[in-house]
Amino acid sequence: MIEFKDVTKTFETKQGTVHAVQDVNLKIEDGHIYGIVGYSGAGKSTLIRMLNGLETPTEGSVSIDDVEISALGGSKLREQRQHIGMIFQHFNLLWSRTVLQNIMFPLEIAGKSKAEAKKQAEHLADLVGLAGREQAYPSELSGGQKQRVGIARALANDPQILLSDEATSALDPQTTDEVLDLLLDINKKLNLTIVLITHEMHVIRKIADHVAVMESGKIVEQGPVLDVFKRPQQAVTKRFVNEEVTPSLTDTTAVVDQLLTKYPKGTIVQLTFHGDQAKLPIVSEVLKQYGNLDLNIIEGTIHQTQEGAIGTLYLQITGEQADIDGALAYLQKLRVETEVLNRE
Amino acid sequence: MNDQGLSSYFKFSNVDWGNMMTSTWETIWLTLVSMIVVAILGIALGLLLFESTGSNNPLVKLLKWVVSLFVNVFRSIPFIILIVLLLPITQKLVGTIIGPRAALPSLIISAAPFYARMVELAFHELDHGVIEAAESMGATRWQIIRKVLLPESLPALVSGITVTTISLIGYTAMAGAIGAGGLGNLAYQDGFQSNNNAITLVATVIIVIIVFIFQFIGDFAVKHIDKRA
Repeated sequence: MIEFKDVTKTFETKQGTVHAVQDVNLKIEDGHIYGIVGYSGAGKSTLIRMLNGLETPTEGSVSIDDVEISALGGSKLREQRQHIGMIFQHFNLLWSRTVLQNIMFPLEIAGKSKAEAKKQAEHLADLVGLAGREQAYPSELSGGQKQRVGIARALANDPQILLSDEATSALDPQTTDEVLDLLLDINKKLNLTIVLITHEMHVIRKIADHVAVMESGKIVEQGPVLDVFKRPQQAVTKRFVNEEVTPSLTDTTAVVDQLLTKYPKGTIVQLTFHGDQAKLPIVSEVLKQYGNLDLNIIEGTIHQTQEGAIGTLYLQITGEQADIDGALAYLQKLRVETEVLNRE
Repeated sequence: MNDQGLSSYFKFSNVDWGNMMTSTWETIWLTLVSMIVVAILGIALGLLLFESTGSNNPLVKLLKWVVSLFVNVFRSIPFIILIVLLLPITQKLVGTIIGPRAALPSLIISAAPFYARMVELAFHELDHGVIEAAESMGATRWQIIRKVLLPESLPALVSGITVTTISLIGYTAMAGAIGAGGLGNLAYQDGFQSNNNAITLVATVIIVIIVFIFQFIGDFAVKHIDKRA
């Protein structure tokens, strides 16, 4: 288990004291994929670097399985680092080494024999889907392949924890998904704890089970991913969730405005589904109950997260007011979150 | 009688080829020995400068100051004056001020700080993320030097030593003028002072060929080890 206790990190600069991380308390259970999301400068990078001692907290403590990383130094810290893999946004591979030699690098550092290192590296190249490319140099690989080398290298010394520092931010959307699938696969196969930082909610939704949202060095919100997606509390979290759940929110607002103008009598509602609800035929249920109503679908999205689906649907309902009220009450009964939109 | 017309350049019958060979070997020997010593000293010094970046240790600051002083001072003193200036030191170090061995101290002292600067720059140009990656794996400082800094900056180190070596060849010729042996010595004494232009021409051509060969080897090596792009 990873534990941050009252962690604060300040940097002294010419412009004054910068609080990169402030009063962070966080527990991460073994085997979880924990996402830390925030805009750049939020302090997430500083936070993740404390886990392998690349940064030390100014106050508070960081420990892994009751070993206080923030108090270690010298050879004890280096020994600990060998059990924590890390992958980077810009891959940070050695261009002078082949794929296989890059994967062997941490094994050489750990003092493994050449034969042993080679055998392990070949196995890892295979695991991350690089079989046949072992003798290539990084400059001959695509971005996705480079990150696969990065992942294989991070796994070389059988770590219990994998740190991911914006590992997919330099990749295109399709490659991002491939790399995320690989991380998910590794998490399941090796029961590895993954701590990842990102500024993309998409990454969190796709693989994380827990999420912490950071802003100005503080964790403003944390919890299971689905809970945070369902009921974002803070403004910054809402922004992240909206970006992801309704990428075209501004378009939708415009459409809603138009429809409100066009059909002043109609009622526009926004439905939000979580988990199993997303699988139910809710719209047709409503129509069966209230046959006199007309339903017009304006926009809808459904996303899969690690703990179930989450979706939104915009409907225009026209008909008798009594029927509309009845339908809304029926939706409430189905435990669908319903919001009637009005012009602001 | 020595004819000083242009045709004197081509009186190859005046050239003592045995002497020419000996001088050529002296020049190559001087170049190679000083190159090896400069490479070792330069890399060690460059590494020291790089590793002490941002250090507030007064000893380190003094070292940096001395190296930049050497780099700047030795670049501004004409090499021929430097040799004369260093004569007492040369006498102490190698026990003589005549012959190829006597040229070594001044060659090395003038080139090593310059190469150290290039080495330091080469290390600074490495992607810091790669060093951080090695740190995150638990590498020691020495492992980072041996497995990251040196191999990753090797093309820059090799092209740096190529440039340095070529200026060393020029310096050996100058050192020759005051009795260090080699092709410079030959061109000055047997060529210029004996009014034998053919010898000067042949010595020049051989020096140019040596420069070309070193440049070719350097370029070839860089091309072979550079796996970027």
